[in-house]
Amino acid sequence: MAYALQQLINGLTLGAMYGLIAIGYTMVYGIIGMINFAHGDIFMVSAFIAVTAFTILAAADVTSIPLALTFVLIVSIFFTSAYGWAVERTAYRPLRGSTRLAPLISAIGMSIFLQNSVQLTQGARVKPIPPVLEGGIVLWDAPGFTVQIGWSQMLIIVTTVILMTAFTWMITQTPFGRQQRACEQDRTMASLLGVNVDRTISFTFMLGAALAAVAGVMVTVYYGVVDFFIGFLAGIKAFTAAVLGGIGSLPGAMLGGLLIGLIESFWAAYLWAEYKDVATFGILCLVLMLRPSGLLGRPEVEKV
Amino acid sequence: MKKTLLATTVLALGGFSTAAMADLAVAIAGPMTGQYASAGDQIRKGAEMAIADINARGGVLGEKLKLEIGDDACDPKQAVSVANTMVNKGIVFMHGHWCSSSTIPASEVYVEADIPMATVSTNPQVTERGLKNIFRIMGRDDQQGLVAGSYIAEKFAGKKVAVVDDKSAYGKGLADEMAKAMEGKGLKPTLRESITAGEKDYSGIVTKLKQAGVEVMAYGGYHTEVALILRQAQAAGLQLTVMGGDTMTNSELVTAAGPAADNVMFTFSPDPRKNPDAAPVVEKFRAAKTEPEGYVLYAYAAMQLFEQAATTAKSTKYADLEKAMRGGSFKTVIGELAFDAKGDQKAPGFVVYRWQGGKYDYAK
Repeated sequence: MAYALQQLINGLTLGAMYGLIAIGYTMVYGIIGMINFAHGDIFMVSAFIAVTAFTILAAADVTSIPLALTFVLIVSIFFTSAYGWAVERTAYRPLRGSTRLAPLISAIGMSIFLQNSVQLTQGARVKPIPPVLEGGIVLWDAPGFTVQIGWSQMLIIVTTVILMTAFTWMITQTPFGRQQRACEQDRTMASLLGVNVDRTISFTFMLGAALAAVAGVMVTVYYGVVDFFIGFLAGIKAFTAAVLGGIGSLPGAMLGGLLIGLIESFWAAYLWAEYKDVATFGILCLVLMLRPSGLLGRPEVEKV
Repeated sequence: MKKTLLATTVLALGGFSTAAMADLAVAIAGPMTGQYASAGDQIRKGAEMAIADINARGGVLGEKLKLEIGDDACDPKQAVSVANTMVNKGIVFMHGHWCSSSTIPASEVYVEADIPMATVSTNPQVTERGLKNIFRIMGRDDQQGLVAGSYIAEKFAGKKVAVVDDKSAYGKGLADEMAKAMEGKGLKPTLRESITAGEKDYSGIVTKLKQAGVEVMAYGGYHTEVALILRQAQAAGLQLTVMGGDTMTNSELVTAAGPAADNVMFTFSPDPRKNPDAAPVVEKFRAAKTEPEGYVLYAYAAMQLFEQAATTAKSTKYADLEKAMRGGSFKTVIGELAFDAKGDQKAPGFVVYRWQGGKYDYAK
C-alpha cells in the first residue's frame, strides 16, 4: 500500500510534466491543425535557459531558493516564448495556406535545427546543476517502507495545478481566450469578424512555449541534469499524451499526460520495467481503436 | 594555350608529389557527439597526443601519421557508415569503436577492407566471431563480470542485491555475467531489472529497489543513467551502493551525481597511470591540462601498438601487420600487450575501484 502510494506520487510528478508539454501540442493542433514537432525541442531549449540562469544566480551568490526559482522561471518563460514566436514566424507562417504536409516537414526540420544548434553551441556533454531543492517530507512511515514526497515533486504538482486553473480561466473567460476559440472553430469567419488571426496564432505558440518552459525549469530542478537530446523523448511522450487525451482538447492533454505518467510508473512497479514503453504505446493503440478521437476529443465533423 | 597546358602540368605534378608523400592515415572512431561524447573526447585526446609524439620521433617507417576521426554517436547504423567513410579514406589502422554495439557491425566492414583494428569494447562477441582483424586491448565482460560479481558476493554477503541493466549489448552482457558470478558464489540477486537508457526519470525503479530493501545495485550500462539513479535514490531516502563496469571511469559521473558518486564502485583494468613506464606520458598529459583517466591512455597505447607492429613488420600491409600484432609483444603505456588466437589481450586482469571525492582509486 505504502509502495503503491509512493509510485502514485512518482507517476503524478512525471505525468504533470508530460501534461505541461502536451498542452503545447494540443493547442497548436487545435488552432492550425498541424503537429508542431519542434515543440519537444523548445522544451529542451527552455531547460538549457534554466541551467544558464541558475549558473548566473550561483555566480551572483543568490542563496534564497524562492527568489532564485522565481527569477529562473521568469527568465526561462520569457526567452522560451521568444523562441516559440520565432519558430512560428520563420518556419510556419510563410507556409500557411500551402499543403498540409509542408509545415509538418518544416516542423521536423526546425526540430533538427534546434537540437543541432544547441549541441554545437552548448556541447554534447550533459549539463548538471547542483541540487536546488533537497529533501522533502515523510508522508507515511509504514512498516518496512516510508512514503516520501520531495519538495521538488511537490513544487511540480502544485505549479501544474495552479497553471492549469489559470489557463482554463484564460481560455474560457478572457477576450484572448474567446479569440483563440474563435480561430479554432473557423479562421476565415473569425478574421471577417475582426479577430487578428495571425496575432492569435503567434500568441498561441508563445503560450505553448511558456508552458514548456515551466516544464523545462521543473525538469532541471527535479533531475538536475539536462542535455541536448532530452527534447526528443519528452516530445514523443507528450505528443502521445495529447493524442491519448484527444488532440485539440486542453483537459484531454493534461489527462493524457497524467495517465501516461501513471501507466509508466505502475507498470514499472508491478510488472516488467523493460516493457514500460511497450505498455504505454500498447494502451494508446487500444484507446485509439475504441475511441479514434482520443479520450476527451470531439470527433471532427466534416462540413459539406 | 601553352600557359594553360603548363599550369595543368604543374598542377598534375603537384598532385603527384603530394600523393607520393601522402601521410599514413590512421583513425579513431567512437561517440564524439551524443550522450557518451565525453568518452569520445578521452579517446581523441589520447590519440592526438600519441600521433604528435610518434611524428616527433619521425613517424612510422619514415612516413608521418595523420589522424582521421569518426563519430558514430554509439549508434550501430552510424558506425557502419563511419566505417565505410574510413575505408574510403584509405586508413591503415583503426582504434575503435567504443560501444560494443557499434564495434560489432563496424568490424564487418573493416575486415572486408583488410584493416586491422584495436578496440576497447568489452562484449565477448567482439572477438568471438572469428574475425582476424580485431585486437582487444581491454578485458572482456565475462572477465569483468566475474571480478565484480565475486567482489559483491564476498563483500556484501547477506545483503540484498539487485542486478540492473540498460538493455544495450554491453550493459546486458555485463549484468548477466555479474549475476552468474554472484550466484556461483552463493548470493542470489533479489531483483533482476532492466531500464531504458536515455530517459531522465528513474523514480519507478528506485522505488522498486527501496521496496525490496536493496542496498547494492550491480549495474550493466553507462555512467549517465547511474548518475540519475543515484540522485533520485538519494531524494527518495535510499542508500544505494552501485557496482558497475569500465564505463564508470568517466568523471562526468561525479559532476552529474554530486557527492552520491562516492557510492559507485566499478571494475577496470589496473590503473595505467600507476604504471611506472607510463610516468613521462602521464606527466605530459597533465602538463597539457588533460587528466589521463579512463580511455585516454588506451587510445595512446593503441597508436603505440600500431607504431611497433608496423616497425617490426617493416610494412603497413594488412597481412604483415596482422601477423606482427598476433605474434608480437608490445611495450605500451598500459603495459605489455600480447594477444591470443581470438585477438583478446593475454593478461587483462580487472581490479575493483571506488570513486572518492571526485577521484577513483582501488577499492579496499
